[in-house]
Amino acid sequence: MSLETEIKFTLNGRPVAVRVPATMKTLTMLREVLGLTGTKYACGEGECGACTVKVDGKTLNSCLMHAVDCDGRELVTIEGLKTPEGMNPMQQAFVDHGAVQCGFCMPGMIMQADYLVGENPRLTREEAQRGLEGNLCRCTGYTKVLDAVASVAEKKCCGRL
Amino acid sequence: MQDIKTYMTPCSVGEAVKAMAAGGVTAFCGGTDLSPQVESGARQYTATLMNIRRIEGMGGIAEQGDSIRIGALTTVTEIRRDPLIAKVAPILAEAAEHFASDQIRNAASVGGNICNASPAGDMINPLLVLDAEVELARWQDGAVATRRVAMADFFLAPRKTVKRDDELLTAIVFKRPAADFVGYFRKSGPRPALEISTVSVGIGGRMSNGVFRDVRVAMGSVAPTPLRARNVEAALEGKPLNADTIRAAVAATSADAKPIDDVRASAWYREHLVKVFTEEVLNHVLGN
Ligand SMILES: Cc1cc2nc3c(=O)[nH]c(=O)nc-3n(C[C@H](O)[C@H](O)[C@H](O)COP(=O)(O)OP(=O)(O)OC[C@H]3O[C@@H](n4cnc5c(N)ncnc54)[C@H](O)[C@@H]3O)c2cc1C
Ligand code: FES
Ligand code: FES
Repeated sequence: MSLETEIKFTLNGRPVAVRVPATMKTLTMLREVLGLTGTKYACGEGECGACTVKVDGKTLNSCLMHAVDCDGRELVTIEGLKTPEGMNPMQQAFVDHGAVQCGFCMPGMIMQADYLVGENPRLTREEAQRGLEGNLCRCTGYTKVLDAVASVAEKKCCGRL
Repeated sequence: MQDIKTYMTPCSVGEAVKAMAAGGVTAFCGGTDLSPQVESGARQYTATLMNIRRIEGMGGIAEQGDSIRIGALTTVTEIRRDPLIAKVAPILAEAAEHFASDQIRNAASVGGNICNASPAGDMINPLLVLDAEVELARWQDGAVATRRVAMADFFLAPRKTVKRDDELLTAIVFKRPAADFVGYFRKSGPRPALEISTVSVGIGGRMSNGVFRDVRVAMGSVAPTPLRARNVEAALEGKPLNADTIRAAVAATSADAKPIDDVRASAWYREHLVKVFTEEVLNHVLGN
């Protein structure tokens, strides 16, 4: 058995403490230790973005990140996007635009899209496309995804969000 | 798989290299190379796993006298967005722009890219053009000892460098390019995003009165290591940059680029791409 280490971090706004093997990846910790199965495992090697989470405000692939590296940091997963009023605007836009097909890539896609408009409220459609290059959709429904992202960026830009 | 006996997160270079002196340390920063390599069985963890991300003084981009110093922990995203880099070394920002995806760029460190020593490392190519040096630290006689090695002398073979196992790469340093320095980078893969370079070409030098000087040419994925293309450099150095010089430089690529066939591309295709990119980049310099 590999060495276990105790780590403490903030997960979706709440403090957590957990013991994890030093070799475990953040994705496995989220899904199998903490029971948050919204973040998906698909390729396991950084190619598809299904496992995208936010760490200290920046998105990354949780399948590549060692869980021990979460210590002292701030994580947000798809479960943490929800607001007390309901879905976050990006989640709602994906629903409104019918951007979801089988849904497997969606948690990662929405995390990355939400990060992109957070970083740049004036995000153009082309910039959204570039920013989502690390997110693959096997159902290949990219057009409606871009429509959804563009609609949120537009509302943010003209102060309606 | 080897059992990990110790996990450590040193806060200082001294603490890190002291532990590395004892041997058996696997260091990681973003883990974007290490994780897939361990997963596929290409590599194994050793007794000590060391997270170097929290070491103080190993991040950030700063001007130091006439040099630019980039801490090894600096991410590709930080390089891509840094105003100083955009101003003095846009060739490096350009390479960061075409690096993997947002999520990988947010995690990947420049030090990890260099230490991984892949012939396709995209931060390496522009740093060779900038004639950068790496700073290596180790524990010697009870203190931290550092040395500098030119990037051009750093790589020995795929995944092999002159860096000793007990050395930590702490920073990359290069002289602030002259005002008349121009440099461009071009890479290709089968698709525009998330692609390991099939071939990359970076060219930089000082352009004044139509003459190209202090020319440095770097190539990726055309040999066992990233390399400086000395024959192409010789074809360009001190010459007026015109159609004839560009033709000579393109012809010289076959003396430097010795690519192989692999899963990503054939040797023939790579040789062809190097020629096309060399011509394209030089025309770009000319048009500037
Ligand atoms: C999907 C995907 C796409 C990618 N696309 C690209 C691409 O387009 N271009 C490209 O160049 N690369 C690409 N990579 C490779 C990788 O992301 C980069 O090489 C990255 O810069 C590595 O940095 P890291 O911090 O993640 O390294 P880590 O994985 O943490 O470390 C890499 C190696 O370097 C050693 N190391 C790290 N830092 C130091 C240090 N300071 N001192 C001593 N040793 C150290 C580690 O021990 C390890 O052996 C890609 C990887 C993936 C998974
Ligand atoms: S599962 Fe992490 S990128 Fe595909
Ligand atoms: S909706 Fe099915 S993979 Fe994207």
